[in-house]
Amino acid sequence: MTDKTEVSKPGETARNEATLLPPVDVIEDANGITLYADLPGVPKDKLSLQVEADTLTIEGEVALALPAGMEPSHAEVALPRYRRVFTLSKELDSGKVEAEMNQGVLKLRIPKAEHAQPRKIEVKVA
Amino acid sequence: MPYRALFPRDLFADLDRLQREMQQSFDLSPNIRGLSRGFPALNVGGTPKSVEIYAFTPGIDPASLEVQIEKGVLTVAGERRVEAIPEKAAVHIDERFAGRFRRVVTLPDDVDSNAVEARYRDGVLHISIARKETAQPRRITIQ
Repeated sequence: MTDKTEVSKPGETARNEATLLPPVDVIEDANGITLYADLPGVPKDKLSLQVEADTLTIEGEVALALPAGMEPSHAEVALPRYRRVFTLSKELDSGKVEAEMNQGVLKLRIPKAEHAQPRKIEVKVA
Repeated sequence: MPYRALFPRDLFADLDRLQREMQQSFDLSPNIRGLSRGFPALNVGGTPKSVEIYAFTPGIDPASLEVQIEKGVLTVAGERRVEAIPEKAAVHIDERFAGRFRRVVTLPDDVDSNAVEARYRDGVLHISIARKETAQPRRITIQ
């Protein structure tokens, strides 16, 4: 990885292309899980979320407004793309994923499937 | 390059780091966890007319960001608060940065510290500092 890597360049979307791994927080409560991912520089329309069977793929492309003729001299975010893949538990209802993107933070809410929700069992008095 | 503390310098830690960095540049999916770097990550670049600094600060209220230039040193500081974790919830992965942060960049001598523009968009703080007029390349006509 060199410091001279261009920050944002139009590229082809190859499967095994080098990407950045965004940091995430995953919090589970009784009704589902909440996932937060840091994707700074990714506008809403460059974000792609995919749920396929039990695999969740988060992909985002960095779109920075670079002035013409800029020479990068130091780059810590040296690749223009984020990608991270998660395997979802069978308890989760992948059909009801809710996503919110706000200032570079993606918030995903995946509820637990009906059968995995906690429920109260009423005790009948005989 | 990952940001790292300049001290203390431990030779073996440095060697470890070097090895890790080399490994990371060859192996593109080295770790199931996100890379831990300094926060916020910074990209710096320049054009003949300006110096451009990008600070990757996702999910921060722009009003709480402090950007300061003093004696040719640019400081980006602030605090990132995490959402409160509800009761009876379990945290499975906790990688995102939380807390106060501060990063400092020494600016080149030819910048005009009065001509600064800072913008926050999609979680990226973009600071553009113009270079001084006198420092800009110009053509001298021969008489």
